Amino acid sequence: MKAVLQGWRPFAVLILLLVIWEMSCRLLDIPAWLLPAPTEIIAEFISGWTDVGGHLLATIRLIVLGFLIGTTVGIIVAVTLHLIPFLREAFYPLLIISQNIPIIVLAPLLVVWFGFGILPKIIVITLVCFFPITISLLDGFRQTDRDMLHYMQMAGASKGQIFRKLEWPYALPNLFSGLKISATYSVMGAVISEWLGASEGIGVYMTLASSSFRTERVFVAIILIVILSLLFFALILVLEKQLIKWKPKGEGSAYEST
Amino acid sequence: MNQLEIRNLFKQFGTNEVLDDISFTIDDGEFVSILGPSGSGKSTLFQIIGGIMLPSAGSIHLNGKDITGKNGHISYTPQSASLLPWRTVLGNVMLGQEISGKADVEEAKKMVERAGLAGFEDAYPHELSGGMKQRVSFIRSVMSPQSLILLDEPFSALDEFTRLDMQKWLLSIWSEHKKSILFITHNIEEALFLSDRIIVFSERPTSIKAEFTVPFSRPRKEELLLTDEFFQWKRKIYGRLVGEAWKK
Repeated sequence: MKAVLQGWRPFAVLILLLVIWEMSCRLLDIPAWLLPAPTEIIAEFISGWTDVGGHLLATIRLIVLGFLIGTTVGIIVAVTLHLIPFLREAFYPLLIISQNIPIIVLAPLLVVWFGFGILPKIIVITLVCFFPITISLLDGFRQTDRDMLHYMQMAGASKGQIFRKLEWPYALPNLFSGLKISATYSVMGAVISEWLGASEGIGVYMTLASSSFRTERVFVAIILIVILSLLFFALILVLEKQLIKWKPKGEGSAYEST
Repeated sequence: MNQLEIRNLFKQFGTNEVLDDISFTIDDGEFVSILGPSGSGKSTLFQIIGGIMLPSAGSIHLNGKDITGKNGHISYTPQSASLLPWRTVLGNVMLGQEISGKADVEEAKKMVERAGLAGFEDAYPHELSGGMKQRVSFIRSVMSPQSLILLDEPFSALDEFTRLDMQKWLLSIWSEHKKSILFITHNIEEALFLSDRIIVFSERPTSIKAEFTVPFSRPRKEELLLTDEFFQWKRKIYGRLVGEAWKK
């Protein structure tokens, strides 16, 4: 967070790129349908806001719903696989295979199976969301400190007590690294799922814009997606700071501030 | 009454023999140290006594009851304090009680205060020094319902000054609570200063080389460390630890 706020250098590079982009568009007379200038995109962003607003809202609803379901599934899968070693052995390789199926191929099939409703969209988001969470949680459970585990076991703690009092809190930081990845994935998943066929949403807005050569609108959609991803990421970061207060502060700050 | 009794314990991992016929007892409220070179299978012994590993042969009895392979009878204090980083000092101290039933906040607060940690009740482990962490870890065991505490080289990571302070502190808390302690160390002085009895282990496969009853009266003061008698005992035990070759 600190790095993002204090990082004026990437910001400067961004401004420079935008200026070069703007200049080239004007000097080389590039038509707007091919590549609109940044100022044109900003103008569209402001004037078309009322039009985009509804789409944006629909997408946010989808992201939140999909993310919550995906996270829940991810946590349940991780906990189940961890507590039942037999299942972990059986399913862990399958989990990895499931991530090698391109979602862009799977998505149209989901529409064939489940129709144009919200279900296939939620499935797409869940599929991209649950994996980072499951894997990072499982790793966290496995890395539980041996000495602490021995202490708990020798004191006569039950499997449930060990899980609740030791393994779960121990894996919380891991859960949050999974959540951060999933938060950004869920935005992408939502947009992809909207391409499949929806009546509103940023994905729909984007498809409509590109098929009618309103390229500046495509860029508006891109900006919105980036902002949404960053916002979700920041939200998880804030939540993490609130929940994990016991971590030592100021790790590596000596390098960050220079 | 014999509190803990280890009977003819053997342990092998495949063809690798780790424990070779270990037998000893710890009486009620007794402080017993195990002195041995590193890698002498002490952690294996602890895991077997703690009931989370089965011996290849032999048994462990607590107050006459067979507890081989059963956990929940002893409280273990690992070398690395092993406090839960997300719990405050108070929360960590109460963990042992929580596992076996109800935690008593008032008693825990009193204990923390008497251990010289007043004002640190709500501090997190990463805010404490190494010695303080060990104190918290030990109080956690004292507060636990189990009557036997296993201490696994608790002071080995501390500097010499802190270590002596911690030893005196440990003796004062122990004399108040009268729990039995099995203490593992590499340090002869530490074993002599603290214990009622010292058991000397050999290298792997581990067997018992010798057993000494320490004659010094309690309460012990640090002046004891400089007496001639103390040095003679140190020499005697050192002789047994390194073997017969050392003697002229």
